[in-house]
Amino acid sequence: MPARPEVVFAGTEGGALDRVEDYEAAGGFRALAKARAMAPDDVIAELEASGLRGRGGAFFPTGRKWAFVPKPDQLAKPHYLVVNADESEPGTFKDREIMLRVPFRFLEGCLIAAYAIRSQHVFVYIRGEYEREFEVLRDALGAMQKRDLLDGVTVVLHRGAGAYICGEETALLESLEGKRGQPRTKPPFPAIAGLYAAPTAVNNVESITTVTSVLELGGSEYAKLGVESSTGTRVFSLSGDVVNPGNYELPHGITLRELIYDVGGGVPGGRDLKAIIPGGSSTAILTAAEIDTPLDFDSLVKAGSSIGSAGVVVIDDRCCMVQLGIRVSQFYEHESCGKCTPCRVGTRWLTQILEKIEDGRASQADLDLLLSVCDRILGKCLCPLGDSDAIAVASYVDRFRDEFQAHIDTGRCPFGGESSLEGILAPSALHGHSREREWLGAEHV
Amino acid sequence: MSTALYSRVQKLRKQYPEPTSAVLPALRLAQEEHGGWLPPEALREVADALDVTPAFCLSIASFYDQLRLEPVGRRVVEVCTNVSCALAGAQQVVEAFERGLGISAGTTSPDGEFTLGTVECLGGCGWATVVAIDNRHRLRVQAEDVAGIIEELHARET
Repeated sequence: MPARPEVVFAGTEGGALDRVEDYEAAGGFRALAKARAMAPDDVIAELEASGLRGRGGAFFPTGRKWAFVPKPDQLAKPHYLVVNADESEPGTFKDREIMLRVPFRFLEGCLIAAYAIRSQHVFVYIRGEYEREFEVLRDALGAMQKRDLLDGVTVVLHRGAGAYICGEETALLESLEGKRGQPRTKPPFPAIAGLYAAPTAVNNVESITTVTSVLELGGSEYAKLGVESSTGTRVFSLSGDVVNPGNYELPHGITLRELIYDVGGGVPGGRDLKAIIPGGSSTAILTAAEIDTPLDFDSLVKAGSSIGSAGVVVIDDRCCMVQLGIRVSQFYEHESCGKCTPCRVGTRWLTQILEKIEDGRASQADLDLLLSVCDRILGKCLCPLGDSDAIAVASYVDRFRDEFQAHIDTGRCPFGGESSLEGILAPSALHGHSREREWLGAEHV
Repeated sequence: MSTALYSRVQKLRKQYPEPTSAVLPALRLAQEEHGGWLPPEALREVADALDVTPAFCLSIASFYDQLRLEPVGRRVVEVCTNVSCALAGAQQVVEAFERGLGISAGTTSPDGEFTLGTVECLGGCGWATVVAIDNRHRLRVQAEDVAGIIEELHARET
């Protein structure tokens, strides 16, 4: 069993530290007092020393992001801290557990971050489907107000309403301004022109919660955890065909084998591991042979994938990779905001080609076309949503080409109706989007 | 729009530097007041309360999955069918609800009691299959649990 130092979940002993008295007794709010006794730039320096990088998926250094926010004398506009609590990447469910189990550590981190960037306004954009999480944060915030911990800072909990794209930071800002959540052109980056065109730092829930711990431990102490390029711990979301799914806080650099077998108990029913999605559904898939890949930024890049949001999905040998491609592509097609053509049209097209392959109606040219559409999406949109679909689908073909080929050669799915994803159902027509889709008309395949 | 709702919307508005930011939360409130969906008058009410146009409100309402432009049942059952839930048997859970409620996914029962839907990832992959009932998440639901859940929902009616 690998060592399990707890930073994000420290002091919870497997439960929740969600009563203000308990949190205070466990040393809560000391990091905030410590930060407020420092110069804001020194808080940023502490973060830089910690090596903390964004836990939402982009892995951008948190301290550097804050350093990009101009000083008030450089740009005399209000400054904003926006926290991205719009967790929706399939395979990822860590931020909700963080908000439920350590709401005060999270809110304390918000106040530290606001202090560091000299902001009086915090907006927490919380996923609309996260009902209980919203209530827990609302109550926690109320308890902190009663204890006069806000020091003039306003914290607004802003609820989303069901749109994956709002996890993209500029789409989130659009949504927070009351518009459709469609990504903006960058630059300018949010640090310069973010919310209401004012300087804004946008950080993920886990990053912000870790900020509290960094201040408590000291940056250099925190940096001793994990590995050199990926310091600290990570809350890994483990799901799929695994005995003990759940969230596990572990240091960066542990291997997939340790996470899946030592911590997660392995694949149920003695079945064989087939594939692993290492960082949420937008990351390239790995095969069972890559089980010894360490879970840190550099190692996953070297393996041709990404640590993403650290959502690890385990897939056993019953799963048809073409069906997996259909389901993943359907998701991105549904969530495409429609602003960029390659994404709007390409995600739909990928789904259609994959369905044709699964149905045994595809020719060799269709497989080439599939990869060609992937190429024409990649890097050609304002945000990474379309890329996510292209990266995922292309990786399934790359790692499991024989299986795709078998569908084409034999004219049927080799799983013969026995795949673990057989009959998968995409979201139903409960909403205007689906009607819009019917109007789109023309079939590509 | 009721007076109570109008004053809640005005209170929301004050939380933000720009009033348009209150449109999304105001639409959520209006939807609650209008029985789970946004008829044209709800869009007009929000528009009037926040000095935007009804068309602007429609452009927002049509973008977000949780805002509905068609009537829904009194109880809304939504099953996540994304990858991790699908690997755990979400299809069978959906089919069990279809059989138990006598309606297919994406429809509302003729008596207006239940709407059954399938949805994208609800962020509970490690506790699959996730079923949202009136936005409250039930975790680790299996096909054999569905009959009991439906019974419980019926029992709560009376």
